[in-house]
Amino acid sequence: MSQTYDRGRVESFGRWKEFTAGMWAWLLHKFTGWVLVGYLFTHIAVLSTAIPAADASPSAIADGADTYTTTLQGLESILLVRFLEVGLLAVAVFHILNGVRLLLVDLGLGLESQDTSFYVSLVLTGAIVVASVPTFLEGAV
Amino acid sequence: MAERYSSFQPGSTLWLLQRVTAAFLVVTLAFHFFLLHFYNHAPEITLQGSAGRMDVPVYFVTMILFLATAAFHGVNGVYNALVNAGLDGTPKAVVKWGLIVAGLALVGQGIRLAVALAGVSA
Repeated sequence: MSQTYDRGRVESFGRWKEFTAGMWAWLLHKFTGWVLVGYLFTHIAVLSTAIPAADASPSAIADGADTYTTTLQGLESILLVRFLEVGLLAVAVFHILNGVRLLLVDLGLGLESQDTSFYVSLVLTGAIVVASVPTFLEGAV
Repeated sequence: MAERYSSFQPGSTLWLLQRVTAAFLVVTLAFHFFLLHFYNHAPEITLQGSAGRMDVPVYFVTMILFLATAAFHGVNGVYNALVNAGLDGTPKAVVKWGLIVAGLALVGQGIRLAVALAGVSA
């Protein structure tokens, strides 16, 4: 059985040393959520270069000289962008894994091992991100 | 006794929809990352390649649903986080409608973009 918990204002970061695992999970889930929703708007804005690019000539599209291809490939050629993509992967993977954990908790599963499952989410996120670094930086370094 | 942390009021409609969209997004977000970073590689992206994928009806529909659920989940998450942080009264109503408009505009723009991609003659 779960119960609500009066956590006070989590924004009082001065007492971060008192935060429990559940508090960190809540805080990280919120932080990664803000990053993802911010990225979603940016992502659609950048991909929208496809709208004018769709009117390019077939030969320009075949040659990759359209606005969409040049914009995206231009961004991908910047090393900082590649590192930011690794950061985005970390944020997305943690949000997914911790989100699955939250769904299970809401279904009443693993209530007594929430701390452990949070730490597992963190370790798995780290492992997946580290394993993905070569793919994400391929051709940029 | 297990402690429970959430920005949502358990049992509310928004709480339930946040969970339902989360379950869908777990699958689609993982698929999206895998397809566009591991199967295909982001640095090799081209209009032709994106148009070819969007030309497949099931992919087109999945991407629209992905965007709609992500927009709802994100906007609803932001709204509840702000309410949880003490947003109330007129600012709450302004933020609510601002987020609704932003979410709808995002989905509308995403549909325009998907239609444009699907219409590219390869």
